[in-house]
Amino acid sequence: MTTADLLGKIIQVVAALAAFSLVIGLVLFLIDKAPKRGRDYWQLAFFLLPALILLAVGLIYPAFRTSLLAFSNSSGEWVGGENFVWMFTQPAALVTLGNTVIWVVVVPILSTAIGLAYAMFIDKSRGEKYFKALVFMPMAISFVGAGIIWRFVYDYKSGDNAQIGLLNQILVWFGAEPVQWLQTSPINTFLLIVVMIWIQTGFAMVICSAAIKGVPTEQIEAAQLDGTNPWQRFTNVTLPGIRGSLVVVITTISIATLKVFDIVRTMTAGNFNTSVIANEMYTQAFRAGEQGRGAALAIVLFLLVLPIVIYNVRVLRQQREIR
Amino acid sequence: MSDNVVDLPIPGTKSKADTTAEVVGKSARVKRRLTSRTATAVALVIAVLWTLPTFGLFISSFRPAGLISTTGWWTIFQNPGFTLDNYQDVLFSTSQSSPQLGAYFVNSLAIAIPATLFPLVLAAMAAYAFAWIKFKWSGGLFVLIFALQIVPLQLALIPLLQMFTQFLRPGQAWVHDLIPMIPEQGYLPVWIAHTIFALPLAIFLLHNFISEIPGEVIEAARVDGASHGQVFFRIVLPLAVPALASFAIFQFLWVWNDLLVALIFSGGTQDVAPLTQRLAELTGTRGQDWQRLTAAAFVSLIVPLIVFFSLQRYFVRGLLAGSTKG
Repeated sequence: MTTADLLGKIIQVVAALAAFSLVIGLVLFLIDKAPKRGRDYWQLAFFLLPALILLAVGLIYPAFRTSLLAFSNSSGEWVGGENFVWMFTQPAALVTLGNTVIWVVVVPILSTAIGLAYAMFIDKSRGEKYFKALVFMPMAISFVGAGIIWRFVYDYKSGDNAQIGLLNQILVWFGAEPVQWLQTSPINTFLLIVVMIWIQTGFAMVICSAAIKGVPTEQIEAAQLDGTNPWQRFTNVTLPGIRGSLVVVITTISIATLKVFDIVRTMTAGNFNTSVIANEMYTQAFRAGEQGRGAALAIVLFLLVLPIVIYNVRVLRQQREIR
Repeated sequence: MSDNVVDLPIPGTKSKADTTAEVVGKSARVKRRLTSRTATAVALVIAVLWTLPTFGLFISSFRPAGLISTTGWWTIFQNPGFTLDNYQDVLFSTSQSSPQLGAYFVNSLAIAIPATLFPLVLAAMAAYAFAWIKFKWSGGLFVLIFALQIVPLQLALIPLLQMFTQFLRPGQAWVHDLIPMIPEQGYLPVWIAHTIFALPLAIFLLHNFISEIPGEVIEAARVDGASHGQVFFRIVLPLAVPALASFAIFQFLWVWNDLLVALIFSGGTQDVAPLTQRLAELTGTRGQDWQRLTAAAFVSLIVPLIVFFSLQRYFVRGLLAGSTKG
């Protein structure tokens, strides 16, 4: 990077910020000077229109375009449901769909289970704050960064070379042969899933922890007086008390998992039978030039996410009514 | 983790006032817990498992290239070695084989800062309109924007890219002719894309907060003759700072950590591409250069980690509130 490059970049940022605040400030100033009649409409337009126009042009219209694209081939001709037929018949595409199902079943369940257990174990313990920070930290890291961190764990050295990946070294310590983890299907999909669990557990843990603290202490005390053991108290008192939060955690992680792209892209790029819908969508539309197929995959992704979101919103609304 | 902040609601938990009151009142009295010795041990194991991978990478980034590729980082005491060369190499070296992350680091910042501020301001304005300006279809429009959150950004990518090439490219070329220092492929498409994708969530969250501001305050100002613009800048924005901060942190990290939007709209050159894109590229082409990958990964992690440890309470709130974005 030369100094001129750096200067060009700084100019871009400063100019953009300056132009943005100038336009906003200027329009605001002019509107306050607008004739009294109709001034309210001008003000409303000023506050609302920028966001609305961006959304209409950049999100709503493209979403409709994509829906149309899904029914055309790479040269734009109408092909009906061919892209969807491709998706549900081609072996490679079927692997992608199957993987997505595995992801969306395994990740939410395991992350929530581990996060909940961890939240219970550290609840009111000394240093709870630090325990939480350690497990929550992966949420701050990019999926790409997480991908590199875990590729290092899964690294494989052939022959008699010393292993530098922790997982293979553990195998060696137990006297087993090291494995090319990321190239070995189907275990590689599960190893990628581990990365997602590693990231999402922190999210589950924080929400569960807040929910656990909201369970009335009287109920726990009462159960204790009745002579229950900790496990019974957990299943009969705590668990029903935090049901709503658990649903939110599971649905939220499911949505994030359905859209997972970066992890697969960084670790295997979808090779060795590890692709998922979001990754395949990118590969088809922006690498292979098959925009129709990419659009069809995006539609399927949308249809998969839709029911979960609706359910999530309904649960949230019910909770709000109870309150 | 969060105390004393009036802030964005966490989905699925009680509101903070309830929880804190209960916790303060009772936890002191009842120290009953499930935490037996086994539980503590399991918690410790989980904590170690969750930290170890990052720790290993961190240690390795300071080890000389020869040692990284021949010995595991856990043998650091048998094979000692410490160097800053890896960082020197990935950040500042101008050699062809170096990742030259300096430029990409600047790009990440140059993308993330405006891509945080633009949606923040536009969303705050729209949220204000929905909350405090009465108009006909206010309710319906708001529900529509709320519903837009379910649209995965994948659904918009292909047509949006086509539109950018068609309409934005000529403008960028013109700017490039005018000021040659600014490359033809600028940040503009990435900024706009991030702004659009951030708006539904931002409007929704900020509206939740801005509509909670006591009506008397705003009415009083309006009666005194303040325009909506004055009310917005003098009263609403200052009062909404906690919510704005939470969303800003969430959005900044989201953009900083994003790969998909960058891959599609940045063009992938040193002029625009952020760190994540460069890292993804490196793992593809130089997946075994661990001395570079480890240091490079940490260069990209340092900013989120600083934000995480210094602004933890806002960070947690913002992240939880925005967890369904994308």
